[in-house]
Amino acid sequence: MATDLESIAAPDPAALAARRRRDGRKRRLLKHVVLIVFGFAMLYPLLWMVSSSFKPSDLIFRDASLIPSQFDFSNYTEGWTALARPFHHYLFNSAIIVFFSVVGNLLSCALAAYAFARLQFRGRRLFFAAMLGTIMLPIHVVIVPQYILFSELDWINTYYPLIVPKFLATDAFFIFLMVQFIRGLPRELDDAARIDGCGHFRIFWRIIMPLCLPALATTAIFTFISVWNDFYSQLIFVTDPDLYTVPVALRTFVDSQGESAWGPLFAMSLVALGPIFGFFLAGQRYLMRGIATTGIK
Amino acid sequence: MTTVPTSSRDQAPGEPPPEAPEQPPEPGRGRRSPLAKREGRVAYLFLAPWFIGMVVVTIGPILASLYLSFTEYSLLQPPEWLGLENYRRMLEDERLHTALRVTFTYVLVSVPLQLALALALAFFLDRGVRGLSVYRSVYYLPSLLGGSVAIAILWRQIFGTEGLINQLLGLVGIEGQGWVSHPDHALSTLIVLNVWTFGAPMVIFLAGLRQIPAMYYEAAEVDGAGGFTKFWRITVPLLTPIIFFNLVLQIIGSFQTFTQAFIVSGGTGGPADSTLFYTLYTYQRGFGSFEMGYASALAWVLLIIIAGFTAVNFLAAKRWVHYGD
Repeated sequence: MATDLESIAAPDPAALAARRRRDGRKRRLLKHVVLIVFGFAMLYPLLWMVSSSFKPSDLIFRDASLIPSQFDFSNYTEGWTALARPFHHYLFNSAIIVFFSVVGNLLSCALAAYAFARLQFRGRRLFFAAMLGTIMLPIHVVIVPQYILFSELDWINTYYPLIVPKFLATDAFFIFLMVQFIRGLPRELDDAARIDGCGHFRIFWRIIMPLCLPALATTAIFTFISVWNDFYSQLIFVTDPDLYTVPVALRTFVDSQGESAWGPLFAMSLVALGPIFGFFLAGQRYLMRGIATTGIK
Repeated sequence: MTTVPTSSRDQAPGEPPPEAPEQPPEPGRGRRSPLAKREGRVAYLFLAPWFIGMVVVTIGPILASLYLSFTEYSLLQPPEWLGLENYRRMLEDERLHTALRVTFTYVLVSVPLQLALALALAFFLDRGVRGLSVYRSVYYLPSLLGGSVAIAILWRQIFGTEGLINQLLGLVGIEGQGWVSHPDHALSTLIVLNVWTFGAPMVIFLAGLRQIPAMYYEAAEVDGAGGFTKFWRITVPLLTPIIFFNLVLQIIGSFQTFTQAFIVSGGTGGPADSTLFYTLYTYQRGFGSFEMGYASALAWVLLIIIAGFTAVNFLAAKRWVHYGD
């Protein structure tokens, strides 16, 4: 490219600079076009799902367009009542599990993180390494004994198997996230509080926790999303239709009605995705930071 | 390079992170002051929930599952010791071999594609694009949704006989076929789904790219380097720690894929076992026919496979990952 030869004395620097600017603008525009087209292609299935949820089922098979010819809410009313219980029943069940999971993760992981980040105790390095080692542990290795344990406790078909582990800090990467965060807080704050006579629990609760809000928010959002989307453990521990959560209910829906009811299925799937999308819009800052530091989805 | 690469390396399994430098050295064991002893007791209180969870929900079950893998156990009668029989059975289990083939194909095809796309777009987005945060969010959205039942349902329709893909193909006059219902193509639809969720590794790449000093690129431009040269000679080498991190993470995650295959195939792994993922097969053995012993053996082999892949990754990393400092 001739314009790249700028190190050689050019005859007219001003004209050359103008040309470069023009080229740059053209390139930038092209870049945006590519990025927009690609982004649109990525989102097309989702947009099409939204639009299809307003189309009568037979039209879904014939109409690839994004704007439905008529807006029809019957898929939503039909889907809402298609299963044994109305859909808000399953939404409520999922909400209960999510709520307690978030509370449990926040409390238990923050407690453990404070100990790892701020306290000296015997076996600290070993325990920390053990904690890191469990971050990537496949759930498939522990699920069978967990199932046996929980059925001994008569907890199958309750929400305890899904909630109680969250109060026991079993999602180790949130401990790790908070340890990293607490280590970044100035120690002078703790020291000052200790001189004023604060014990560790007060320091933890009054000083560290309020400063940890960004890490807590990241933990809460990721817990919300992963528990709301979780299918595997809910499928295994919850078999009573009354206790079905949204993912398990959707699975029953698709397997019982199958191909005949795409409209209502899409409608209810979108209802299921709604809260995730809401958190995505509201909590982007925390999401991006969370992924960048821990690599979780 | 600061925050991102270090924390990434810390998070990798089996690699304890360096302790924060500002912390005082641990006092000698023999003469711990009363204050230090008290701090120790308080620490164990803080850790109590985690301890209980570690023993009851994590380590205990890992060991229990190792024991069960040598037994036959159907929940109704006490476990019966079989020795290595479950593992011997795996050698002859045709469906397991299919499951292994399916899972390896899925991981080895979808992860490189996904990471290549993530890297290319991160590079494309990195410098001087206005509206970066909007693009980033749009590309990231599928990562949040991709693991859900709802998206798997959507996929089942899109790639169905009368699905969206075939409608679009019909517009240009190509007659499609049932993608999820054909044994040769069903797995590809799930690979596409995994590639579609390239947003999460892309965000990690973007965070890493921000650590590369702009002067490297400027210096290369002065020397007349074009976009490709800059990408291959500057971006890729400096980003190898992050590429490695994403690779380890995505491989571990992809081996455990379950929901998508379960929903798209209706829990069967069909058609003709073409989407019989390892985890799905383990689920069928354990919770379909309640062969808890055999399922435990399968799960342990999965753990060994994943650990093996991770170990090989770490060994190979010595050859191609450059930690600039």
